[in-house]
Amino acid sequence: MPTIELKNVSNYVFSNLNLEVFDGELLVVLGPNGAGKTTLLNIIAGLVNYQGAVLFDGVPVDKTPVNERQIGYIFQNLALFPHLDVASNVGYSLRIKGQEKEEMMQKVDELLQLTKIEHLKHRYPKNLSGGEKQRVALARALASSPKVLLLDEPFNSLDIGMCECLRKEIRQVQREMGITTVFVTHNLVHVAEMGDRVVALNNGKIWLMPPEMFKKDGDNGNHSHHDCLHCVMDCYCKGKERRV
Amino acid sequence: MVFILLWESIAQLNVVPNYIFPAFSDVMLEFYHLIVSGILLANLLCSLSRVLIGFLLGAAAGIAVGIVMGSKDVIDKSFHPIFSILYPIPVLGWAPLLMIWIGINDLLPVALIFLCSFFPVLYNTITGIKSVDREVIKAARILGASDRKILSSVVLPLAVPNIFTGLRLEAGMAWRVVIAAEMVAIPTGIGALMMRSESLLRMDVIIVCLMVLSVMCLTFERFFQVMENRITNGWR
Repeated sequence: MPTIELKNVSNYVFSNLNLEVFDGELLVVLGPNGAGKTTLLNIIAGLVNYQGAVLFDGVPVDKTPVNERQIGYIFQNLALFPHLDVASNVGYSLRIKGQEKEEMMQKVDELLQLTKIEHLKHRYPKNLSGGEKQRVALARALASSPKVLLLDEPFNSLDIGMCECLRKEIRQVQREMGITTVFVTHNLVHVAEMGDRVVALNNGKIWLMPPEMFKKDGDNGNHSHHDCLHCVMDCYCKGKERRV
Repeated sequence: MVFILLWESIAQLNVVPNYIFPAFSDVMLEFYHLIVSGILLANLLCSLSRVLIGFLLGAAAGIAVGIVMGSKDVIDKSFHPIFSILYPIPVLGWAPLLMIWIGINDLLPVALIFLCSFFPVLYNTITGIKSVDREVIKAARILGASDRKILSSVVLPLAVPNIFTGLRLEAGMAWRVVIAAEMVAIPTGIGALMMRSESLLRMDVIIVCLMVLSVMCLTFERFFQVMENRITNGWR
């Protein structure tokens, strides 16, 4: 899996942004709403225009079309295909590539098993719960054997129990497959459990944050995560801008 | 049932002459005669063939142009003003012009039905394509789909409900237009049969024609309703 590098990336949000995501790591990008988290993922995916360079394993991919960047992307609203059942959603990328039907179904079955939704194979997205939709989106993103996995606040609409369960499962799958992953969130609870490294993003600028800041000690979960997020970021980020 | 009984009772009272307000039983008797003599079927087939040809051509053109305009902004911006000017013109408003351009023949009702079907299907197709969630299109692109594949595997299937709305609405309208065209210009078809009956004061025949027309409109609309449900039932 590749190392992702962003070199002097600028657009309507960022100005000379530099960032490196190491091979096989899960990088958490933390930031409040409107900080540019989704834009950062869209730059890596090639969905928005930018100046500067994005490199996968040292190779610039700026001219590589979106559909050839080999990226798995879980959108904030998941963007499942409403007209396809779960199996067809998961197998979409394989069908696009013209894979044999039997081979495709075998891979789909494996992914449904991995994400524990094999019993939902023939259901349509409208008949799935929030957690089930998340699993379908994960399975679909993994089906194309992506080199890079981008997760855009995928747990927003889930209850705490389901959220924790899925966090662990995604982390486990990511570790097993060793996919270089960028996970953006505004929720501090996700940070401690998910990330190998954490960076904070605010006003188009980025800071590396020490993981110990997010250890659970003393955190009984009773505070507002939004207040906490701003507090953490204000304390840490002022005057500490640097390349990460 | 109450309506039919009421109708029959009033007609049997002979308050109004029978040739102006025929009884339901007389209408049914005439319906039988028209079927047995083959007059109704022959005229119905004439109207049906015009509707089918005009509607299929108009709908196909509307869908094709709608796909191009819905997926290419430049083309949409270029042609939208032209179609916006043409769309509000009532279909029968074209009749005098078309009578001169293509003559008074079978092509006239076909052309009118074409125009009647084309614009609504075009606009519904454009709306359907443009209302597809952008995130879903992005997801397909990221999963490796080319523009053409996105169109065929995501955009068009998701635009189907809108396209069918246009088809359903215009399926009934096509029958109204063919009757009007046959009444004013063409000597065959259900509309022409109605005009001939009017000159002979045959209200029973006119009522039979209206019943047939109603059934055909409903059948066409219901056909597209069933088709739409079949295609989209699982996911809508």
